[in-house]
Amino acid sequence: MRFIEIKNCYKVYKNGVAAIADLTLNINKGEFVFVIGASGSGKSTLIKMLYREEKPTKGTVEIGGINVGKLRNRTVYKLRRKLGIVFQDFKLLPKLTVYENVAFALECLGMKGSEIRPKVIKALDHVGLKDKLRSFPNELSGGEQQRVCIARAIVNNPKLLICDEPTGNLDPKTSKGIMDVLETINKELGTTIIMATHDKEIVNRMKKRVIVLDSGVLKEDHEKGSYKASESI
Amino acid sequence: MRKEVIKQVKAFRIFGRSIRDSFKSVFRNFSLSIASILCTTITLVLVAIAIIISANINHITKDLEEELTIVVYAKADTPDERLDAIEKEIKNISNVTNVTAKSKEEWRVEMQGYSDTLNTTLDYLDENPLLDSFIVTVKNVDDLRPTALKIRDIENVESANYGEGMVEDIISVFDIVQTVTLVMVIALVVVTAFLISNTIKLTIFSRRSEIEIMRLVGSSNTSIKLPFVFEGFLLGVLGSIIPIIVMIYGYLIMYEQVSSSSSFSIIELVRPMPFVLITSLILLLIGSVVGMFGSARAVRKYLKI
Repeated sequence: MRFIEIKNCYKVYKNGVAAIADLTLNINKGEFVFVIGASGSGKSTLIKMLYREEKPTKGTVEIGGINVGKLRNRTVYKLRRKLGIVFQDFKLLPKLTVYENVAFALECLGMKGSEIRPKVIKALDHVGLKDKLRSFPNELSGGEQQRVCIARAIVNNPKLLICDEPTGNLDPKTSKGIMDVLETINKELGTTIIMATHDKEIVNRMKKRVIVLDSGVLKEDHEKGSYKASESI
Repeated sequence: MRKEVIKQVKAFRIFGRSIRDSFKSVFRNFSLSIASILCTTITLVLVAIAIIISANINHITKDLEEELTIVVYAKADTPDERLDAIEKEIKNISNVTNVTAKSKEEWRVEMQGYSDTLNTTLDYLDENPLLDSFIVTVKNVDDLRPTALKIRDIENVESANYGEGMVEDIISVFDIVQTVTLVMVIALVVVTAFLISNTIKLTIFSRRSEIEIMRLVGSSNTSIKLPFVFEGFLLGVLGSIIPIIVMIYGYLIMYEQVSSSSSFSIIELVRPMPFVLITSLILLLIGSVVGMFGSARAVRKYLKI
């Protein structure tokens, strides 16, 4: 079942840089997809278009039937409530505890305090941080902070998890831990995951679908791909 | 129906949380909050001073204007019936509010009281050399001159004086002073608005990542804006407390000093009640409204992520 449909999509920035050119791509529900490519290949632009931080210049990006490019600034929140986003720099609020950071995403939706608590505990349990509820982000390691970010992204049971180089700032061992968490989420919750990455080792080990971008053009799309599939990168 | 109710409950919860968060945030961003509050305090003290000056100048001007009168003298030997007719004719002029007749006998008694020399001089004369007169007050001081000219045209009127030249100068000076103080108050309010809004902008600039994260986890623009708007309101209210206290005590002391001092006996300031209450309300209103709009304006910039 198709979940994400990108049709003849172009993105040209105001300064004239063409980041994406004629991209057509379909992703099914429950898939785990890696987006790889060199710096400036358009990975981040593609990811940003999925959560509508950028609008396509031409063509359409549809997620679960919503034409993302047509959303107005005022209504973007409706899309974002349906997806979780994991960032390379975690984007945690330093003045809130781990619990508050995760609960924050639900508070924004106007959920009751008694409904929030079990959901937050469950999400933190998923990422193995149940015992760090009261810690502040600066008391955690990089891997732990990223896991808080993942917990925040999955706390509202999103259908889609978008990860923008989530292991970019982490050492290989910690990265593996993060990938294990993501894989569990993908398998157990059936969440579709799209992850932009540079990490060869991860891509080769996990044997998932790999999309290779080069100068904004879709170069390769392998069902069980690896970095080897594209020697040029 | 049920969906509507749930939506309202959620909106109410977001509203409540916004108020809670705005209090939290004032304390969590303490140094910037203090900066905003101080900035509001300083500008509102200036606004208070401007309001006091403007209100009092207005008050003094009005007092003085009320004392401006036209003195009308009837020709010598005007019969009493004619004097009554003159009084009626003056009263019929549209700008005239009051006419008080003052007979030459009354003048004589008054002048005899001035000095002994005058007293004896007037006693020597068999006949009273003074003239019957009328003291005329007017509605609109700006039309003093045309009113005086109309009175002069009345039969048997010898003269109608109002201190030509000097009075016109005083009136135009008052007009200028009134306009200047009004412009000052308005300018200060505008400056306050800018200062408060810019300080809040600074606070919000330091929290743009917070706003960005709120947007990314799916907060609606309104629910992002609300806590900041409440915060601006809170900062504005906190910032207006000191100016209000300073203004009330300062004005009471000033009023006391001026009214008890002999050198200022001709000046009467605006009574403190209800003046200080109204001014307090104005300061509170400026502080809170400007705080609210300032922060709403400042957040808007970061909502287009």
